[in-house]
Amino acid sequence: MSDPLLEVTDLVKTYAVSGGGFRSKGGLVRAVDGVSLTIERGETLGLVGESGCGKSTLGRAILRLEDPDRGTIRFDGQDITNLSTKEMRPLRAKMQLIFQDPFSSLDPRTTVGGSIAEGLRVQGLDPDQRAKRVNEMLELVGLESYHARRFPHEFSGGQRQRVGIARALAVNPSFLVLDEPVSALDVSIQSQILNLLKDLQVELGLTMLFIAHNLGVVEHLCDRISVMYLGRIAETSSRNDLFDSCVHPYTQALMSAIPVLDPTRRKDRVILEGDVPSPLNPPSGCRFHPRCPVANTTSCVSEQPPLVSVGSAHEAACHVRAPKEADWGRVRT
Amino acid sequence: MTDLTVDINPLEVSQSSSGGLGINLVKELFRKRAAVVGAVMLGILVFIALFAPLISPYDPTEVLLSTEGVQPRESPCIHILGCDSEQPQHILGIDGNGRDVLSRIFYGARVSLTAGVAAVTFAVLVGVVVGLIAGFFGGWIDNVLMRLMDVLLAFPSLLLAIFIVTVFGRGLTNAVLAITVVTIPGYARVVRSSVLTVRESDFVKADRVLGVSTFRLLTRRILPNSLTPLVVQATLGIASAVLEIAALSFLGLGVQPPQAEWGSMLASERNQVFTAPHLVFFPGIAIMWNVLAFNLLGDGLRDAMDPRLNR
Amino acid sequence: MTDTSVSTDSTQRRDQQEPILNVTGLKTYFFTRAGEVRAVDGVDLSLKPGEIVGLVGESGSGKSVTSMSILQLVSDPGKIVAGEVMFDGQRLDKMSKRQMRNIRGDRISMIFQQPNASLNPVFRAGEQIAEVYAAHTALKKAVRNERAVEMLEKVGIPDPASRAKAYPHELSGGMAQRVMIAMALASKPDVLIADEPTTALDVTIQAQILDLMVSMRDELGTAILLITHDLGVVAETADRVAVMYAGQIVEESPTNELFADPQHPYTQGLIGSIPMPGERRERLTVIPGRVPNLVDMPPGCRFAPRCEARIAHNLTKCTEVEPDLLQISPGRKVRCWLFEEPDPTADGAS
Repeated sequence: MSDPLLEVTDLVKTYAVSGGGFRSKGGLVRAVDGVSLTIERGETLGLVGESGCGKSTLGRAILRLEDPDRGTIRFDGQDITNLSTKEMRPLRAKMQLIFQDPFSSLDPRTTVGGSIAEGLRVQGLDPDQRAKRVNEMLELVGLESYHARRFPHEFSGGQRQRVGIARALAVNPSFLVLDEPVSALDVSIQSQILNLLKDLQVELGLTMLFIAHNLGVVEHLCDRISVMYLGRIAETSSRNDLFDSCVHPYTQALMSAIPVLDPTRRKDRVILEGDVPSPLNPPSGCRFHPRCPVANTTSCVSEQPPLVSVGSAHEAACHVRAPKEADWGRVRT
Repeated sequence: MTDLTVDINPLEVSQSSSGGLGINLVKELFRKRAAVVGAVMLGILVFIALFAPLISPYDPTEVLLSTEGVQPRESPCIHILGCDSEQPQHILGIDGNGRDVLSRIFYGARVSLTAGVAAVTFAVLVGVVVGLIAGFFGGWIDNVLMRLMDVLLAFPSLLLAIFIVTVFGRGLTNAVLAITVVTIPGYARVVRSSVLTVRESDFVKADRVLGVSTFRLLTRRILPNSLTPLVVQATLGIASAVLEIAALSFLGLGVQPPQAEWGSMLASERNQVFTAPHLVFFPGIAIMWNVLAFNLLGDGLRDAMDPRLNR
Repeated sequence: MTDTSVSTDSTQRRDQQEPILNVTGLKTYFFTRAGEVRAVDGVDLSLKPGEIVGLVGESGSGKSVTSMSILQLVSDPGKIVAGEVMFDGQRLDKMSKRQMRNIRGDRISMIFQQPNASLNPVFRAGEQIAEVYAAHTALKKAVRNERAVEMLEKVGIPDPASRAKAYPHELSGGMAQRVMIAMALASKPDVLIADEPTTALDVTIQAQILDLMVSMRDELGTAILLITHDLGVVAETADRVAVMYAGQIVEESPTNELFADPQHPYTQGLIGSIPMPGERRERLTVIPGRVPNLVDMPPGCRFAPRCEARIAHNLTKCTEVEPDLLQISPGRKVRCWLFEEPDPTADGAS
């Protein structure tokens, strides 16, 4: 019925971790452990979770910066899961990445113009066309054309992030992965960049995967939001549903843990007990059960809950709140 | 919207520091007094080496014993310091074969500098390629290359150099080659470790996402950003290469007589330390001068390049 | 000038108390090659016993330098060039290094952003807490160790006896920060300076740590200076807030009033620029431009180049004369010419 731009099915990405000691045996971190998601054309999906939940790994695997262990990635109707570096090259321009750290994402020895032009060079544009496009891009992100000749160290964090955006958009991508694009920036600069992204989203009709740890940031730009916990998706819903009627206890806890700007509302929140478990040794069953305020079934401990539809375009993975029996809809796409 | 919504203030990109990285480095370097001293010492040495034929009073290999009043191992004779003006002037004296020591030291600078620089250049070239390939591709390639380097490192370097020279024959070229081989692992390691860091940086990832070719990635991104520590290492490396050339020549494995070289000058007169100390003293000073110049410069470079030590 | 803040109803009992820590006219400059960096330029701040004061600002606002200046820990090329720091009737800025060492870690302690980096990697968590007692008390070793375990229990570490034997790398970020808090509070200090204590932590862990800090304050009566860039953190915990911009405090107010009705254009912009879940704004408020270069400060109000209110109200004074911190109501002060009334306290501009 629909023709999604990106379709990820049962993606698994593991890392071997050395034990540290001499000859000691390391373990296998299942950074992404069976994630499925789809992004429609023109849609922005937010991917939220705490550190170590696998959200960045997922983003990189989708761009094939990492090789997934299992699962499939379909981009624009094409299965790109096992394409070689060479086969990926023509697709590269269509999917771009924006980084978290504006300081390490630009080559300190290349002018800003040179960094933006790099992708255009790959596309075979001649120097005049490249210079013209670089100027267009600088203007698009709110910089001046003379900035092209400057080096990154002459720019502030916010400006560098604009350069990073210009570099990604220069090759005219249809899909953009944003990996925590504002979390390294000061608050007042953060909102400048978020507004810029919002404008670009509307102006260029971009499809985006917006990765962040901050629900507030995600909400500003996203149509739908997925919440990840320890390598798995806990809940996916439209942004309105997530804030009005989230189902998963982790989503609720995450939401109530965000400090509100209203000191009179201090008391009403759920504080989760305990730490995020190590992904090296995740809990059995539902990975959230040791911290879960509502876990009460034996299956919470023994069985991984599947992602179950709990409303229109709203899915959650919870034995208690979204039991399988109560499911009328589809079980995962 | 007010007129303030333009969030870029044109002034905030500093107009002053537009010189790029190189100029800042030079500026930084000249703030270090030791580095400046090193640079000046090196400058003098380079000048001497370049203009040795013009400034040397004699041919370095010419035996002057036929000249009247010249004795082997004669002490320095300087006219303004009261040396008899009848005698020919030899500022640093005469060596055992009746040659002018000053001229030999001047010409020795040529050998010392070119051999030191050549050895390090070759070693850096090979080391960069090895380190770059090992660091970038990783896996078994990395393992094979770096274990090879480990084997080279396992030998005492001078001993290995002596071995190479004995197998391939004495002479300056082989001595330089020997030092090259011995010092490659050091450069390969330095390059590899910075490649490992740069390879994982976001700007390299960004290029990969843009589909930039591996070759361009290696030459335009990874190599330039990995070179900083190498520059320091290489500068300090010249100092030790100079020492090792001198050592090989001292042992008679490097420069062959009658060519002027500081190490062999030391060796041929080492038994005269007490009778004619100037014959050992001045070549020794020359070697020290050369090594010190490169060491001071290298230390200065390291400080200038280390962002933590600035401001 | 002494602080005259009047607390809100919830903190009425602190009203009559004298401040335990009082900073007046603090100026800390860094003398760099680029010039004189005025990191802290005339800060007045006070902390009453048991009070939590939030010191908020973006990077480069001088909030951390303020805390380091209070502790007399400013290092080269930085220098405290003016101002006094009164702690419990003593001038900290006049003390010898040795006297200061005795106060730090005993009566004033500190926690930092990176708990794992602040703990010594080669000692066990329990040993590091016991060390505090060794430095500042005459307790026997067995008692010290016992106290250390008690402290770990107090900060909510499960199974404290076995966690006391853990090395820092074996602790998660949240646990390590709890250990840091246990260390900082072991000596029952009068003042705790917390510099971005939750910035490196995940939100669910941040909520735990903030909760812990408030309950420790309630239990021990420690006054806390909470330094953060996150207005949300301040809204959740502080009694009073001071907002810093470019080395100066631009607004100071009880927390409730600050968030209900921010006065300074910078504070308003800052609050408006934070996206909060559930509010669904199409566009965020933006503060144009960025923080001025601390070497080359604009004349007049430091916020003037970015200030939209200045243009809306057609004020010309802002770019010429620097405003003072003006008292606008009991407990509230604002550094802004918009609040200049024909009132005798307001014309003291230099």
